[in-house]
Amino acid sequence: MSQLQTVAKPRRNTELLLLILALGMSALANALVNLNLGRTFDNDFFAQIAILAGLSLAFHMVLRFKAKYADPVILPVVVALNGLGLAVIHRLDIATGDTAGQRQWMWTSLAVVAAIAVVWFLRDHRILRRYTYISLLASVVLLILPLVPGISAGNVNGATVWIAIGPFTFQPGEIAKITLAIFFAGYLSSNRDLILLAGKKIGPLQLPRVRDLAPMIVAWLASVGVLVFQRDLGTSILFFGLFMVMIYVATSRISWILIGLALIAVGGVAAYQIFPHVTQRIDVWVNALDPEYIGAPFGSGQIVSGLFGMANGGLLGTGFGQGAPYSIPLANSDMIIASIGEELGLVGLFAILCLYALFIARGFRAALGTRDAFGKLLAVGLSFAVALQCFVIIGGVTRLIPLTGLTTPFLAAGGSSLLSNWIIVALILKISDAARRPIDVTGPPAPVETTPTIDQAQKEVPAP
Amino acid sequence: MNDLSLVVTILRFGFLALMWIMVFAVVAAMRRDLVIGRKAKVGAPTARQARRHPELVEDAPPAKVQARQLVVTEGPLAGTTLELSGTPILLGRAQEATLVLEDDYASGRHARLFPQGTRWFIEDLGSTNGTFLGGNALTRALPVELGVPVRIGKTVIELRP
Repeated sequence: MSQLQTVAKPRRNTELLLLILALGMSALANALVNLNLGRTFDNDFFAQIAILAGLSLAFHMVLRFKAKYADPVILPVVVALNGLGLAVIHRLDIATGDTAGQRQWMWTSLAVVAAIAVVWFLRDHRILRRYTYISLLASVVLLILPLVPGISAGNVNGATVWIAIGPFTFQPGEIAKITLAIFFAGYLSSNRDLILLAGKKIGPLQLPRVRDLAPMIVAWLASVGVLVFQRDLGTSILFFGLFMVMIYVATSRISWILIGLALIAVGGVAAYQIFPHVTQRIDVWVNALDPEYIGAPFGSGQIVSGLFGMANGGLLGTGFGQGAPYSIPLANSDMIIASIGEELGLVGLFAILCLYALFIARGFRAALGTRDAFGKLLAVGLSFAVALQCFVIIGGVTRLIPLTGLTTPFLAAGGSSLLSNWIIVALILKISDAARRPIDVTGPPAPVETTPTIDQAQKEVPAP
Repeated sequence: MNDLSLVVTILRFGFLALMWIMVFAVVAAMRRDLVIGRKAKVGAPTARQARRHPELVEDAPPAKVQARQLVVTEGPLAGTTLELSGTPILLGRAQEATLVLEDDYASGRHARLFPQGTRWFIEDLGSTNGTFLGGNALTRALPVELGVPVRIGKTVIELRP
């Protein structure tokens, strides 16, 4: 795996400037919504902007103390996306009389506090490697939770992925994406050589041994399990894509991609034949503009109204409050990209895609810079999860691929998604801090493994 | 067109402009990292970079004589030699290891020795008792020079020409 070197500089002041720009963008978006929909600038508006500014500046200060060398652009980009999402959800609330905006503010605060806690308490990302197999167990438990009677929220919009505890609902699968990335990073960083070296070579392809294939098959079974029992195609694609990319990055063997694509082909064709909900998704996608499908329940009405909305927006958009994005079903969660496309136009949508691309690129950059295999794999896995999620949902909304219910990271209304994505941000910041930190001995104390060595050398314990 | 709608129109396009200002500001902030080949080069720094930024030079100069053998000097397997080819070597008690250490103080997958360029590097794979290169515990992959002892549990190995 490759490594990049740059001169170490904290660059926290750059981050502060960009953060102020991002907060200005969020404030202007919210102000435009109020202005265009004839709302007064009441206390709510100022309180909400103050909360967002306070939390992100608190995060900035924590980074100054706890992760001085962390990447300076990640936090501003994420704050800009989150603030814009809040404005769009608020705008849709005004049209529909919903209270999703209030909940989104609450969850944003909670998610940022959680991310700050991760940066504060996680001394070094390599500590997570100790929890490799616990992470696997946690992922399995999290994925099974929505199926447990009593806390399961049942079938919501066709998928069983929610749990309900009291008045709160939560999607544990969102957190499972982090724990699975930790498991795969830990497993692959220890077993990379085995997977690399053992096995037969056929032509240019080095095929892995069957028992080294085991984790890949477990991953495939997990994705299929999610598809069968939770009827959630999006999460299933997300998990499998995550495993495939992490194995490829760990081994740089193209044969893994080919095996993965073969498994996807087999799984995809089988799922299309066996599961009615998959068949329906694909039929709706192919025949989206057919009037028969537009009118049908769970038909293509949602996608088509999204497409019409984006067409109405055109190049520059109708402006906040001037379009009719509220007529799209689930306009503030699954279809938020269509809502933005209508009111901010292609120009605004592309700016958002650029922000996503920049965030993902910074995640990969952190992976290139960090010096341990576990950190590299974890950073690649987490950023790729965000990238794939963007592709699956934005591709679905724009009818490039069948629409599946994944959330648009940082933008869409949904607490669990915000929470898990902000934790991902915290982990990537922590890894980028390790990557950019100078390595000389006079610098800050090197983490974890160095401290206990003298003790260990004197009183050794037999290894398990 | 009254005054308010003019303000709203200006703000509407102003917001789109602000989004792109944000994008370009971020790109400008990270351009140092994007200029691969000048300031952020993949691999070893050039002589000029090393002069300007001495902190970039972190590793010892490459060994002149290449290592050809791995010799176990202490521990249960003392005396064993292993010819080095171009492939990585896994050290540990696990049966899959390249050199299976019969050492109670070694972990199953203890450490990994891999070639890069003309040198061999050692990396600890999260072992219980750690790997020591010339008396110092490893925290990351480090180059192994000829004749420098690497201690894994009770076993000590060395690279020889």
